[in-house]
Amino acid sequence: MTATTVESLDRAPTRVAPRTPPAPIPFARLLKVELIKMFDTRAGFWLMVSIAATALIATASVIAFAPDSALTYDSFGAAIGIPMTLLLPVMAILSVTSEWTQRSGLTTFTLVPHRGRVIWAKLVVSVAIGAVSIGLALAIGALGNVVGTAIAGVPTVWDISGNQIVLLVFANVLNLLIGFMLGVLIRNSPGAIVGFVVYSFVLPTLSMVLGNFQQWWADIRPWLDFNWAQGELYDGHLTSTEWAQLGVSGLIWLVVPLAIGLVMVMRSEVK
Amino acid sequence: MIDVTALTRTYGGLRAVDNVSFTAQPGRVTGFLGPNGAGKSTTMRVMVGLTPATSGSATVLGRKYADLPNPGREVGVLLDASAQHAGRTGRETLKIAARTMGLPLSSVDAMLETVSLTDKEAERRVKNYSLGMRQRLGIATALIGDPEVLILDEPANGLDPAGIRWMRDLLRGFANKGGTVLLSSHLLHEIEVIADDLVVIGQGRIVAQGTKAELLATAGTLVRSSNIAELSRAFDEHGIHAVASGPNGLRAEADADLIGKVALAAGVPLTELRAADGAGLEEMFLELTSETSREGAAA
Repeated sequence: MTATTVESLDRAPTRVAPRTPPAPIPFARLLKVELIKMFDTRAGFWLMVSIAATALIATASVIAFAPDSALTYDSFGAAIGIPMTLLLPVMAILSVTSEWTQRSGLTTFTLVPHRGRVIWAKLVVSVAIGAVSIGLALAIGALGNVVGTAIAGVPTVWDISGNQIVLLVFANVLNLLIGFMLGVLIRNSPGAIVGFVVYSFVLPTLSMVLGNFQQWWADIRPWLDFNWAQGELYDGHLTSTEWAQLGVSGLIWLVVPLAIGLVMVMRSEVK
Repeated sequence: MIDVTALTRTYGGLRAVDNVSFTAQPGRVTGFLGPNGAGKSTTMRVMVGLTPATSGSATVLGRKYADLPNPGREVGVLLDASAQHAGRTGRETLKIAARTMGLPLSSVDAMLETVSLTDKEAERRVKNYSLGMRQRLGIATALIGDPEVLILDEPANGLDPAGIRWMRDLLRGFANKGGTVLLSSHLLHEIEVIADDLVVIGQGRIVAQGTKAELLATAGTLVRSSNIAELSRAFDEHGIHAVASGPNGLRAEADADLIGKVALAAGVPLTELRAADGAGLEEMFLELTSETSREGAAA
């Protein structure tokens, strides 16, 4: 029976002329695709919504609960900035890890067999979304500052300098890059998010405790504790020594693990 | 055209793919067969660059896969229908693929229709898809770039009988237009119906390859008789090797003409005499892979 089925099918192959190879995939297209991928999943969509929503809630809370004297741009900026320090790294983590945890990487890395280009596109898109989010947060904060002081009938205070804004954006991008690095290194969504919590909340505490008891650690801590070094960014002013400390600790805690992660991404199997 | 040359992939001491060489020709469907864990999927992953080869090489259309400028336009790949983002809708999944390849989004609707996913289904998230629907979506992703080569790992898994029939016609049509199809399956009947060429793999090594006609030619002759014991004795006398096949049946390694003569000389009435087929592939498969299969020779 099976034999007749086979024979009855027309199997004369028709020769086709060799086709010209298609044009290579431009990097701009990868950027666009990765940008869309950030928003078109359920998790991605709600993450973006929650970034905007927490900014609005934080602004409203400052207006509702802060004393009139604290209705300054700095207060609004700080309130909005806190949820950002968690949400932006999570966004960066998911952009990388979902390819492995959701296994969509099987298609992604088959359609673009150069993993470095894909990861690079994800990095550019993550940083861009991070920068836009911070810009948006500062705008919402400014609006809150104007509206809040008008409601309270107190003068509007603009107490964040341009220099501080630049450092604030830099600090948030750095924080986002930490998330990205953990995503590349761990390549598993829950694992990388837990990793981020440990990295950002547990390790600094341990470092502080160690510093309290061991003088040698207290002495070298500024050079080795990345979190400590970043703290100055939020305060808005760094001496050249503090920049050097940020560079050294960042090299150890961000650049080196990111490089290791990238090598692993290039060599690993995508299953 | 797919060329695999001396491909080896080891995991520690395990040779998951061991010196595998074969060619999948344009205009033909090449079936890739093997028991679970024989190395089919690993071989296919190496072909498309998802797993690095330990040694050896694989080329598609004469180039290494990673050197294809826009692979989706030349090679359609479906390795695992379950490997899709659960939180994305079917349509969005296909759109992402179309965008990556630089195709107009109008191709997405046409392709959804080709694989019989309705508008309503396409708007659902992949999380809520059955395996059959995921296969259709995966096939759509493989086909949307209008490729010349298809590499499909177990594409019939989870499809209903109508879906399997549809898949068969689709692949036949693709090959008839000059396309190259490499498909793996453990559904032997499917492979037997669709494949022109076969590559059989066991424990990472190729145990047989050739056209289906060549490989199944060794299946021998099926003979049935009400006096099977007498017939067996006659075969033994003539040195014809035969094994039991179904009730009152033997599969003999000789052509039908000789079997008929032997039976006549022995005075044994036959109820059936024909070239063994149907189960041929299954028997060949079990025979070829018996040394390497989990169940051992008893299978």
